[in-house]
Amino acid sequence: MLQVGLTHFLVVSAILFSFGIYGIVTRKNAVMVLMGIELVLNAANINFIAFAKYGNFGFSGQMIALFVIILAAAEAAIALAIVLNIYKTFLSVNVDEIDHLKE
Amino acid sequence: MDFYNIVFYLFALITVVSAAFVVTTKNVIHSAFFLLFTFFGVAGIYVLLGADFIAVVQIMVYVGGILILLLFGVMLTNKITDVEIRTGTIHLLPAAIGVGVFMGALIAVMVWTNWKSVPTEIPLTTTKTLGNLLITDYVLIFELLGILLLIALIGAASIARRDKE
Repeated sequence: MLQVGLTHFLVVSAILFSFGIYGIVTRKNAVMVLMGIELVLNAANINFIAFAKYGNFGFSGQMIALFVIILAAAEAAIALAIVLNIYKTFLSVNVDEIDHLKE
Repeated sequence: MDFYNIVFYLFALITVVSAAFVVTTKNVIHSAFFLLFTFFGVAGIYVLLGADFIAVVQIMVYVGGILILLLFGVMLTNKITDVEIRTGTIHLLPAAIGVGVFMGALIAVMVWTNWKSVPTEIPLTTTKTLGNLLITDYVLIFELLGILLLIALIGAASIARRDKE
């Protein structure tokens, strides 16, 4: 039970994923919602790499984890550009107040 | 308990506890700093799984890039009068109950499923293998991601600098 195996990594990833979802759902600040998304992506990456080691799939899992990290970087850059624009327009980044498409 | 297990539990503890702080502290700056510890913990877990190159990429991209970007986002979208930048929260209780149930179900699935588990011996350094794969089997994805990063760069710059007429 205490001997670390595949299940331990999967459980850590499940906890991380749930915390990420919790952050996305409860936070008002758009930047905090982005932090929740990063947690979810990290949880998925742990799963990919854990299965790459324990599932005998060669290096595919590690490659896909690498691609996920690249996509996360692109997503964070675009999302923050949008958040800056929203702040310029509405002077607020609370996602529950921004509910119309034009000024 | 050998050394590997102790190190795993240490990194798992760092990751989970700091992730909990990320989503519960009110102060946005504190959340960003706890996110730093989460990323380091996850990088440690990658090393334990034999993915040393991914761990280094994780630290360079997440800590050196995304976290700094998030901090810039926090600084640029608040009228800074003091260090305390707070964030509001909405429907805490339903979210806590829902996510709690979801987490329980997810962990139950992870624990009780009979996963195929054949620990493969991963070589000590993976960089050369990953580099070879990147320009042979995955060359199309590699090129597409290069184009995607260029588009993201141009798009982010043009979205963020658009002036109102």
